[in-house]
Amino acid sequence: MIELNEEYCKGCNLCIVYCPRDALEPAEELNEKGIHPPVEVEDRCNGCRLCELICPDFAITVVEKDEEEE
Amino acid sequence: MEKKEEKREVEMISAKEIRDKYLRHDMMPHIFCTGCGIGNVLDYTLWALEKEGLDMDKTVFLSGIGCSSRLPGYIDVDSLHTTHGRALAFATGVKITNPELNVIVFTGDGDCMGIGGNHFIHACRRNIDITVIAVNNYIYGMTGGQVAPTTPEGDYATTAPYGNLEPAFDMSEMAISSGATYVARWGVKRPNQPINSIQEALQNKGMSFVEMMSPCTTAYSRQNRMGSIEEFWDWYDNKTILAEDHERIKQYGSEEEKEELKDKIKVGVLHKEEKKSLSERIQELIEEVQV
Repeated sequence: MIELNEEYCKGCNLCIVYCPRDALEPAEELNEKGIHPPVEVEDRCNGCRLCELICPDFAITVVEKDEEEE
Repeated sequence: MEKKEEKREVEMISAKEIRDKYLRHDMMPHIFCTGCGIGNVLDYTLWALEKEGLDMDKTVFLSGIGCSSRLPGYIDVDSLHTTHGRALAFATGVKITNPELNVIVFTGDGDCMGIGGNHFIHACRRNIDITVIAVNNYIYGMTGGQVAPTTPEGDYATTAPYGNLEPAFDMSEMAISSGATYVARWGVKRPNQPINSIQEALQNKGMSFVEMMSPCTTAYSRQNRMGSIEEFWDWYDNKTILAEDHERIKQYGSEEEKEELKDKIKVGVLHKEEKKSLSERIQELIEEVQV
């Protein structure tokens, strides 16, 4: 599960470029800031957490699915 | 069973926990441009701090002026935002007065090599026990893209519209030749090596210098036509070579490979040695002469 803090995201799209599993794609609609923020493609993320580290804006958090359910 | 439990302990804490622990969320989102690597440098430093487990009440961050020198403002810790280029001079004072403190300096290429060049070589020469994380983006980013001492020869800047005529400084080589005891250089694209390197730099007793090559997507990229953010980030991959590979090609490589080396920048841990730091020597002297 990839969580995005849209307030922090500046739309550099580095997470989309460097995701080894193509688990992210740009949103179709523009958000308030005028950028296409990344959205998760379902059932692609394997939790490698590269996007978390590569994000220069501290906007992405990868959460394990189990934790979410709990 | 035991092994499994051990593994669970090693399992990293979440990014959210790290951010809540170290970041000042009231200062976020930070001021850096879209695609700038300085945010990554901060991120990697936070991970290194967490891995090293430093006591934040005994840690001081210092910085001078420039984009990268805004970083301590985002960390929930005591910090000194000093005059241009003088961060290392202040750091020397902090460390000598209170050797218990962990002193970490964020600086940029202009701040460290240009305006504060003199302080930098003398901080290295004295081998003070501080960690310097220098963000090198080849240009004066914050003031509008003027030529910096690290701008490569022939590159464009607002003050060099026909290309830079001056040869560039190599910050890491400068640190090594001036006497720093741990010198490393990394790009921002690959996270794990810089995190480990910053951790090693924090452990090192003596002047530790970590140069982070960070893409300036606004000033440098526009002047030099580096293309999209993604292309600029990938440009570093073709431009850099691991220090070990560099050494190997230099010894055993073919002429063509050696020719290619000329344009490449070495990355990796470039220098490591053990030498007594100034703060240690001062403490020894105090014990020796005290009656």
